[in-house]
Amino acid sequence: MNHTPDLKAAAIKGGVATDQRHDSAHKHVSGTAVYIDDMPEPAGTLHGCLGLADIAHGTITAMDLSAVRVAPGVVAVLTGADVPGENDISPTGRHDEPILTDTLVQFHGQPIFAVIAETREAARRACRLAKVEYDALPFVTDIGALDPLNDKLVTPPLTLKRGDAADAIAAAPRRVSGRMRIGGQDHFYLEGHIALAIPGEDQDVTVYSSTQHPSEVQHMVSHALGVPSHAVTVEIRRMGGGFGGKETQSNQFAAIAAIAAKKLNRAVKIRPDRDDDMTATGKRHDFLVDYEVGFDDEGNILGVDLVYAARCGFSSDLSGPVTDRALFHCDNAYFWPAVKAVSAPLYTNTVSNTAFRGFGGPQGMIGAERVIDEVAFAVGKDPLEIRKLNFYGPNGDKNGDRNVTPYHQTVEDNIVHRIVAELEESADYARRRRQIAAFNANSRFIKRGLALTPVKFGISFTATHYNQAGALVHVYTDGSVHLNHGGTEMGQGLYVKVAQVVAEEFQIDIDQVKITATTTGKVPNTSATAASSGSDLNGMAAQNAARQIKDRLVDFAADKFQVAADQIVFLPNRVRIGNQEIAFADLVKMAYFARIQLSAAGFYKTPKIHWDRDKGEGHPFYYFAYGASCSEVSVDTLTGEYVVERTDILHETGRSLNRAIDLGQIEGGFIQGMGWLTTEELWWDDKGRLRTHAPSTYKIPLASDRPKIFNVTLADWPEAFEPTIHRSKAVGEPPFMLGMSVFHALSDAVASVADHRICPRLDAPATPERVLMAMERLKGEVAGVSKR
Amino acid sequence: MVEVRSHIRFLLNGDDITLSDVKPDETLLDYLRLRRSLRGSKEGCAEGDCGACTVLVGRLSGGGLVYESVNGCIRFLASLEGCHVVTVEHLNGQGDSLHPVQQAMVDFHGSQCGFCTPGFVMSLYSLWMRTPEPSDAAIEKALQGNLCRCTGYEAIIRAARAISSYGKSANDPLALERAAITARLSALRDGARVEIGSGKERLVIPADVDDLADILVTSPNATIVSGSTDVGLWVTKFMRDIAPAVFIGNLEGLRIISETDGVLSIGAGVSYTEAHAVLSRHVPALGALIDRIGGEQVRNMGTIGGNIANGSPIGDTPPPLIALGASVTLRKGGERRTLDLEDFFIAYGKQDRAPGEFVEAVHVPLPGAEVKFAAYKVTKRRDEDITSTLGAFRLELAHDGTVAAIRIAYGGMAATPKRARAVEAALLGKPWTEETVEAALAAYAEDFTPLTDMRASAEYRALAGRNLLLRFFAETTGFAGPLTISRYKAA
Repeated sequence: MNHTPDLKAAAIKGGVATDQRHDSAHKHVSGTAVYIDDMPEPAGTLHGCLGLADIAHGTITAMDLSAVRVAPGVVAVLTGADVPGENDISPTGRHDEPILTDTLVQFHGQPIFAVIAETREAARRACRLAKVEYDALPFVTDIGALDPLNDKLVTPPLTLKRGDAADAIAAAPRRVSGRMRIGGQDHFYLEGHIALAIPGEDQDVTVYSSTQHPSEVQHMVSHALGVPSHAVTVEIRRMGGGFGGKETQSNQFAAIAAIAAKKLNRAVKIRPDRDDDMTATGKRHDFLVDYEVGFDDEGNILGVDLVYAARCGFSSDLSGPVTDRALFHCDNAYFWPAVKAVSAPLYTNTVSNTAFRGFGGPQGMIGAERVIDEVAFAVGKDPLEIRKLNFYGPNGDKNGDRNVTPYHQTVEDNIVHRIVAELEESADYARRRRQIAAFNANSRFIKRGLALTPVKFGISFTATHYNQAGALVHVYTDGSVHLNHGGTEMGQGLYVKVAQVVAEEFQIDIDQVKITATTTGKVPNTSATAASSGSDLNGMAAQNAARQIKDRLVDFAADKFQVAADQIVFLPNRVRIGNQEIAFADLVKMAYFARIQLSAAGFYKTPKIHWDRDKGEGHPFYYFAYGASCSEVSVDTLTGEYVVERTDILHETGRSLNRAIDLGQIEGGFIQGMGWLTTEELWWDDKGRLRTHAPSTYKIPLASDRPKIFNVTLADWPEAFEPTIHRSKAVGEPPFMLGMSVFHALSDAVASVADHRICPRLDAPATPERVLMAMERLKGEVAGVSKR
Repeated sequence: MVEVRSHIRFLLNGDDITLSDVKPDETLLDYLRLRRSLRGSKEGCAEGDCGACTVLVGRLSGGGLVYESVNGCIRFLASLEGCHVVTVEHLNGQGDSLHPVQQAMVDFHGSQCGFCTPGFVMSLYSLWMRTPEPSDAAIEKALQGNLCRCTGYEAIIRAARAISSYGKSANDPLALERAAITARLSALRDGARVEIGSGKERLVIPADVDDLADILVTSPNATIVSGSTDVGLWVTKFMRDIAPAVFIGNLEGLRIISETDGVLSIGAGVSYTEAHAVLSRHVPALGALIDRIGGEQVRNMGTIGGNIANGSPIGDTPPPLIALGASVTLRKGGERRTLDLEDFFIAYGKQDRAPGEFVEAVHVPLPGAEVKFAAYKVTKRRDEDITSTLGAFRLELAHDGTVAAIRIAYGGMAATPKRARAVEAALLGKPWTEETVEAALAAYAEDFTPLTDMRASAEYRALAGRNLLLRFFAETTGFAGPLTISRYKAA
């Protein structure tokens, strides 16, 4: 596209706070956006397929791969013994996750060998010819069968404590305890995992990996090969979705592709079939939450004791930080006057669970919402009343005694009161609550339910060192700009947001800014694009790089034109220097001839944050993101089937960099969260096999599952409390938890069959089956109660 | 003797394609991506559920040219004999400007990661050509076979509503070239049989139905491939050899729907989409049920004949057809036999079909005005999901309000689609009252011992299955209040 910058423009195209479309939108719709499997393959490219164990737990006693080796098209078969470096890809250095296991199988579907063949089909067919014998060991897939406090953990647990929860609960006028089961979730990124490794000279290898964390892939590949990091370059232009599923799970495919590529000196691509991808890669953690809450007759919560037990699978992966984040959100938006919360990252013979949008936060929060529900039903009030009663104190509350979290960080930016009040009003909550009661009283088969739930989500990696980012900006002599940073693009619009920041900084049209693939060769030692931090971190780093160049241009111009620095102003596509205006490109060219460096590496680290895990105290989050949603459902009491009649959302994004992109994150996050809590169910059979490993059996929401009425509003009145990039706020994960309102609306509809006298204790996901069975249980309890 | 040729011929976007190196199990998607480097169509699942591979296939039908969305991932290349394949790349090629469907998707921010997007574009393109100003219901139906994990769909729906403001479908190249493409496709029809390869690579495309019968007599164990919505997965997921494969999707003689004396005969090659047009007119409940089978792409490919022939216990058409008293005609060579559909299903994976025999047609006695009929499908997700339990009910009442005739059949409750004979017996001759129905519920335990699997537990299947009788009773007795949930207000 030929573009001549408009030198008279009043504003640049695509600056910050504009609804700039996704940088690749025109390529997405044309099928010309290149994903890794779309890249032209180097001549002689080979294809890999992983051989998966078909036992949940056991030792391999014999592995006969002779038929595999002689199968048509097979070039090599790799086992753990073929790993030249370390046969481990544990992202946390716990050495508990082999690339290819050669003795102990710890879950059904664990990779035990890899076939490399001339075609993908040949590799897949050959894989099936392996004859593996095992000595079976006892296995456990369900954490319900485990003791959270005494059974094997994959990583040390965390305890958060403030006040004396046991005393507070014991002293409370009323108490209730229970258990909630929360299911996991498959990421179901539409583009499955893929890695293409191309061998280079010396020890070099370049890996194209569909990953959110190129630096980690680089490190894992280098360890697996036993070569320095400098020999490994990892690049990713875009992923077809990530959602956390490509934060660590890309490592295995990249490592095996790289090992094979170096061994065979040919390019090697591994793209697992969807079923293998879903079987062999980790998911959102399932949780069991045991809770006890003490409260008074009004519904004021006085003390809470929580145990969050998680199905982590066979290795630690990210289960430590995930279960930590669950605890960081065991309060959601509520002040627990006395609290004790303990995590139990349990070992199971299942695939090792991993990051997924929200990273344990959603599970933590929905545990808190269950506590609220219990109290509401116990005191006979609308759960929304109990929610409001127990919110953290309003921002600027001078008493300050209701603003401290279970991890001893003070909440300083609380806007949940206003968010919820505005949504309650715009969603017409009170009137609809009355209408629904009237409807239910007159409807025998169909029951309606309504719920309004808040979200308060902590922003920052809780591993403090992750909160850093780098960027690389080049300005070429024609005034066009090359932008690179450590963040990866998985559809969330990070690339375009950061480009907007750079365009804004230089005051040039966004199409003068070339967005380039993330690669470890340009920006090193990056953090995963995760924790909603992409724009906050990389936007700041890119701004920093651009400002360095800008400062040099200003110094140069001030010197050259003999004006004060403050007389130099960057206007759209041009620069005013004293009384004259010259094109940005012209100034750049002059600077070049004057031998001014037109390239800069930018850097940013998040201020203020710190965290002492041993003490359970600190300031792990730079700020909090807030939102709320209100949903109404209709439930068929004969089958448990349901539809979402209406959802209203009010979500804050600070001073949004791009409202169109943010709206997409909110709508998409909500639907994904709704899916987690409704139709997305992971199911293991009695052999320990995951049986929901494809879209035919694992049901993510469809277009026809959207709320029939769906009103989403961005709260535009708050700007970020902290000096974030242009005072915007993170929006990747927080909207996911807005999906809770659908779950609680279903719970409300279930409760109606017992006249709202019994807490439904609905487990997640609330499939039609769970909804129907919960209603049956409540009807039974009512009958039982009335008999007495 | 029919003429035999050893290559297939079809159109791909603007090109005439002649191929003699076609394997029976080669998919259209692999052909496009690996052999043609047309990599706009994506593989998301390789089982016809996600729609990232959606392309359009145009075929001559009753003299007209029909374009339908299909799943390239489970569609076999050989089945495209005589068809026009249109991929997302065909929408580009118009200079710098995007196609109206594409521009709407861009302007309404309908893509995020973009991987599913070409599939959505093609599904919306197909819809827009048929229905330029679609209702939300029509949009959602057209998108039942497309999964998006990023957007939550809202932006895509906004784009879909706006497409016609970007251009008229009458001016679309596919519309303008209709006559020319029709002529080119007509010219490909030479009445020949296609035979390619041998042994594990043998495939046959019969010239007509009689030719099919002859072929199956000499190759009685051939895999009969129609819409490939099931056989496709045998290949992509189980890597089963399907040779020799006989492709019957292009046989006009199997795509006939006729009505004689109140009996609707549906040829085995009639797709769900084609059947829907007729069935929904005669038996609205069946039309509504078909709307919930697969996605649009699967309904455009899959056939009722295949649904029957494969004998799945969770196939959605056998229970209602059994309830309606349907029969099925099997043919071997020149011999035909017709049996009650319920007798066709013998045991799990076992049907009353001899080697060399094929399902030719199913015959559905249309219910008269005096008949009350309903079919209820229960699933985890409302659309594009496989049945947990499905109940179909056909009731005739005597003048005194007693049950004169009742047929109830279920899917998902046993190893085959099966009648609820004990429940029927408990109802027959009794007054059609809530007391009768409540009393009959106990008989379900005699009829069915459902299993637990990933779709539902045995307990849930039993309970929800029973409850469907309560719904049927309420529906047939003028229950005033809302009886079912629905996305759309009844028209």
